[in-house]
Amino acid sequence: MRPRSRVAPALASTALLALVAACGATPGASGPTSSSAGTQTLTVFAAASLKQTFTTLGTTFEAAHPGTTVTFSFAGSSDLVTQLQQGAPADVFASADTKNMQKAVDDQLVAGSPVDFATNTLEIAVPPDNPAGVTSFADLTRPGVKVVLCAPQVPCGAAAQTIEKATNTTLEPVSEENAVTDVLGKVTSGEADAGLVYVTDVKGAGDQVKGIPFAESKQAVNTYPVAALSGSRQGELAGQFVRLVTGTEGQKVLADAGFGPA
Amino acid sequence: MARRWSGVPLWVYVPATLGALFVVLPLVAMATRVDWARFGALVTSPASLDALGLSLRTSLASTLLCLVLGVPMALVLARTAFPGQRVVRALVLLPLVLPPVVGGIALLYTFGRRGLLGHALEVLGLQVAFSTTAVVLAQTFVSLPFLVVSLEGTLRAVGQRYETVAATLGAGPTLVLRRVTLPLVLPGLLSGSVLAFARALGEFGATLTFAGSLQGVTRTLPLEIYLQRETDASTAVALSLLLVAVAVGVVGLAAGRTGRVL
Repeated sequence: MRPRSRVAPALASTALLALVAACGATPGASGPTSSSAGTQTLTVFAAASLKQTFTTLGTTFEAAHPGTTVTFSFAGSSDLVTQLQQGAPADVFASADTKNMQKAVDDQLVAGSPVDFATNTLEIAVPPDNPAGVTSFADLTRPGVKVVLCAPQVPCGAAAQTIEKATNTTLEPVSEENAVTDVLGKVTSGEADAGLVYVTDVKGAGDQVKGIPFAESKQAVNTYPVAALSGSRQGELAGQFVRLVTGTEGQKVLADAGFGPA
Repeated sequence: MARRWSGVPLWVYVPATLGALFVVLPLVAMATRVDWARFGALVTSPASLDALGLSLRTSLASTLLCLVLGVPMALVLARTAFPGQRVVRALVLLPLVLPPVVGGIALLYTFGRRGLLGHALEVLGLQVAFSTTAVVLAQTFVSLPFLVVSLEGTLRAVGQRYETVAATLGAGPTLVLRRVTLPLVLPGLLSGSVLAFARALGEFGATLTFAGSLQGVTRTLPLEIYLQRETDASTAVALSLLLVAVAVGVVGLAAGRTGRVL
């Protein structure tokens, strides 16, 4: 029994540590607070695909507003809306599609009306050596080509479905993922021959994947809206962040990352 | 029946009750959100039935695989002594404390197309990626330690007295294992199998990372719940309750058979 009785407490304490660590990492746990010492925190809920651009803009915003800290929660748009509906404290919400923003509007979570600030289209992503020799959208229907898509329930999958309908083609994916990042992961690891992801994802992945633009992608353009939230205790600051995103500086950062104009 | 003196201080009941509530209350809260009028229809949709069937089949397969590999592992760990045994035990128990997504990544780099064994498997004509086999591998990886820990503890608890007697009476090691050891540890073997099955049933992270998600092939019940949550909260809640019911049923069945709960 001796060795076992040593393992059990070790395991228990490890599990406890992991739990504590996980609790500490909860995004937005501190919430939007406007404390007395002139420092304030702006909490921004943004779609996962905005991670790079919004992180850059957050730094810009902090530089322009001394004493302000911008914290982000990046996740799938529908996850973020669910969190907002359950009372998660946030000042700004940026969605990857109009559908999820509409949910927030319908629940009167938005102050004023949302502003469209960017668009995104799909692109074919293949591993750098392109093992299946994919060069066009039609190639994805070839038998033996392992294609990974987003599930129709999430925006990137809905976009893929729209393109399939518009072009009267049927893709037979080997997997339908929950998030565009999962699709990208299956391509970068070489498990899949091709995946449909956003132009910005291909650009963000650098030389881990090769992007193949296709004309049919014009059939499904995703629009990104942003809005200050009614629950914010610092509406003025939230409005300023929205203006940064929609203004010249924000638009330049977004365009550099591959986003189209709204 | 006369009340037996428990020796437990009264105040202990307060945190104990809180702990029990902490586990039970979320399940009750979930049950209150179920749309009971549509419950039957929601859990019997083709997608739900595919997910449930796949979950039961893969969990059963991985439990069998756990038995084939785990019983010999537990025997070696409990009955033999060799240099580095502690390290080996710690390593095989690692999946217990590893985040499942890390397990998924590790499996990908082992059995994936470009993984350590990927090329060898391809030569043999085996394609693990995006197949039901990948689901079983992921589930086995996370469940195996549960069976090994449970069985090793039982093996140590029952001791070697009967085995020694059988050996002195002339029984060979295999006969002793078959006729003495295994019957003695049967309750531990059963509870270990149930734990492994339950863990396999709930497996999510490693499957999503390693196997992908396609209806009827790799999309198990937890993956289906995660996907439905994107668009249809009522289906997600109904399926969650179904998963809880199946898990409770399996554990209850085992408790009834062995007269004790794990």
